[in-house]
Amino acid sequence: MEQNNYKGWLYLLPAAAFLGAFLVYPLIDVFIYSVEEGYNFASQTYWGVGGYNFSYVLHDPYFLQALKNTFILVLITVPVSTGLGLLISVGLASIRRLRELYQTVYFLPYVTNTLAVGLVFMILFKQTPYSDGFANLILSRFGAGPIDFIGGPYWAKMLVLCLYTVWVVMPFKVLILTSALASVDETYYNAARVDGTSKMRIFFKITLPMISPTVFYLIITGFIGAFKAYSDAVALFGTDLNAAEMNTIVGYIYDMLYGASGGYPSYASAAAVLLFAIVLTITCINLMVSKKHVHY
Amino acid sequence: MNVTLQNLTKKFPSRSKKGADVVAVDDFSFEIPDGKLIGLLGPSGCGKSTTLNLLSGLLKPTSGRIFFGEDDVTQLPPENRGVGLVFQNYALYPHLTVRQNITFPLENRKGKDRLTRRQREDMALEAAKLVQIEALMDRKPKELSGGQQQRVAIARALVKMPRILLLDEPLSNLDARLRLQTREEIRRIQRETGITTVFVTHDQEEAMSISDQIVVMKDGLVQQTGAPQAVYDDPKNLFVAKFLGTPPINVFDGQVQNGRLYIGSEAVLEVPGVSDQAVTAAVRPEGFILSDTGALTCRLSGVEVLGRDISVVSTHERCQNAAIRSIIPSQCQVGGPAVRFDLKPGKVFLFDAAGNRLF
Repeated sequence: MEQNNYKGWLYLLPAAAFLGAFLVYPLIDVFIYSVEEGYNFASQTYWGVGGYNFSYVLHDPYFLQALKNTFILVLITVPVSTGLGLLISVGLASIRRLRELYQTVYFLPYVTNTLAVGLVFMILFKQTPYSDGFANLILSRFGAGPIDFIGGPYWAKMLVLCLYTVWVVMPFKVLILTSALASVDETYYNAARVDGTSKMRIFFKITLPMISPTVFYLIITGFIGAFKAYSDAVALFGTDLNAAEMNTIVGYIYDMLYGASGGYPSYASAAAVLLFAIVLTITCINLMVSKKHVHY
Repeated sequence: MNVTLQNLTKKFPSRSKKGADVVAVDDFSFEIPDGKLIGLLGPSGCGKSTTLNLLSGLLKPTSGRIFFGEDDVTQLPPENRGVGLVFQNYALYPHLTVRQNITFPLENRKGKDRLTRRQREDMALEAAKLVQIEALMDRKPKELSGGQQQRVAIARALVKMPRILLLDEPLSNLDARLRLQTREEIRRIQRETGITTVFVTHDQEEAMSISDQIVVMKDGLVQQTGAPQAVYDDPKNLFVAKFLGTPPINVFDGQVQNGRLYIGSEAVLEVPGVSDQAVTAAVRPEGFILSDTGALTCRLSGVEVLGRDISVVSTHERCQNAAIRSIIPSQCQVGGPAVRFDLKPGKVFLFDAAGNRLF
C-alpha cells in the first residue's frame, strides 16, 4: 500500500488541479489582497501590509448600510421562508386531490429567471406615471394611500426585497421538505393515532423531530444563501444599489471591483473576508444549536 | 372482555377504474372469548392484517360490526377504542428514550383523565417491569436489540391499560432463537395481565404453540376456527390440513372403492362411509407405522435423525409432495430400497376434488 501512494495522488490530480487553480488560489489571493495597502491594479504595486483596508471598509457608510440590509434580509427571510415552506409542504402532504398541480405551482419560481421574477414584482409594486402598481391598487381598497415601494421609504423597499427573496427561495425548501415528510414511516402516525395523539402533538412530537435534520440543513444553507444575496436586489432596484440604500454585502464587493466607483480590489477583498468571517461564525453557531435539537 | 366480529367485510377499491373490488376480509364472524390469546393465521395476503386493522380502527369495515363487550365500536376512531397495538416493525419513536416512548400514550390524556408526571412515570415503570426492561429506560431504541425493542413496543401498548391487545406479526423480525423465547414471553404477559389478545402470524408453529384459539384464513375467508390441537386433528379442508403442521402433511392421489382407500394398487386403510370416488388423501407425518408387512410401499431416499425421532424420507409416485416425510421412533431400523408403512386411522384425512373433508 505504502509504495502505491503516488497512484492515489495521480487519480486526484485532475480535480485537484482545477480546484487549486480556480478555487484555492483565488481564495488565498483574496486574503493577500485584503492586507495589501494602497494596491494599484494597473501597476500591480502596493505600499505596505496592514489592516487599513478593513478599517476603511468598516468606516464606509455604504458598507455599513449593506451590512445592515443583509442582516435584516437574513433575519427575516430565513425564518419566514423556512416556516412558510414547512407549512406549505405539510399542507401538500395532507391533500390528495390536485397535489401534483400545487406542487408544480409552488415549484415554478425555482425554474423562473431571477430577472423575469423581478419584472413581475415591478408590475406588482412599481409606481409609473400611468399606474400605482397592483399592490397599491389593493391598498387603496382599504383606504391606504399609495406607497412607492421601489423608490420610496426604506421600510417599503426592504419589505419588497424580503417578499421577493422569500418567494424565490421557498420552492427549493418546499421540494426538500415534501420529500422529507414523505419519507417518515406511516406506521409512526398509525401508532400515534391508536394512542389518541392530537394532530398538533403528532406534528410537534413526531413529524418535526423526524425531519429535523432536513430542517436544519435548510436553515444553514438558507443563512449562507441569504448572506450572499445580490441579484435579487439588482432585479428590483437596478444596479445603483448604494443610491437606493438597498445594497448588500456582495453588492458592495461587486461595486468595489467593477462598479462606477470601482477598481479597488483591496477594499473588495477586505469586505469579502469580513463576509466570510460572518458566515463562518453564523454557521458554527447553527451547527452548535443543531447538535442540541437535531435527532439521530 | 370478549370481542365479537359480526359479518365483517372489507373491500378495497381496485386500482384500475373498471376492475373488481379486492375483498380483503369476507364475511368474518367470530367471537373472541374474554382474556384469551387468539392467533390469526394464514398465508400472506389472506386478510389477517386487515382484520387486525379493522379491530384497531385504523381501517373502517365496508360492512359488518365489531363489538367490544356490549359496546358497538364499529364507527369509533382508533383513539376511542382503547386498543393497544404492537406493530410488526415496532414503530418506536427513534428520537425518544424508552421511558418517553412508554409514557407517550399517557401524555395524550386530557381533561379529567390527565395524569401527573409522577403517575405517568409510575405506570411506565410498572409496564416496563412486566416486560422486564426496567433497566433500559433511558436508552434510545437504536441502542436496543430487536427483542428488547419488541418488549418496549409491548410495554407502550400495555401502559394505557387497553381493552384488547393487538400484535401484528410480533415475532417476524426476530431471529429463530429469540422468536422461541419471545413467544413464551408474550404468552406469559398475556396470562399475567388477562387482556384479550389477538395476534397475527403466518407461522403456523408460532400460532399453534401459544394460542388458546386459532383462526385460519385464506383469501379473506375464515377457513376454520378452534383450539390449535382440535384444528390440527380435525381439519375441515385440504388447505387447513396442508397449512398446519411441520413437517407438512403428505398428500396422495387416492381412490375409494368398497369402503377402502387405495393409493395406487394398494389398499391402505378402511374408510367406512365414504362412497366410491377419486379422493385426495392426506397423511400426517406421525401417521405412519413402519412395518415389514405394511400396506403402503414407498421408495426410500434417506433418513434424517432428529434425536428422539427419525424422519424417514421416501417417495411414492402418487404423492403430490416432492418427498414423503414420516416421523417414527428412533429405535426403528430402516434400510433397503423400499420401506413399508401401515397408516394410523386418525392421522389420515380424505378430501374431495374441491378440497372439502370426506373422512
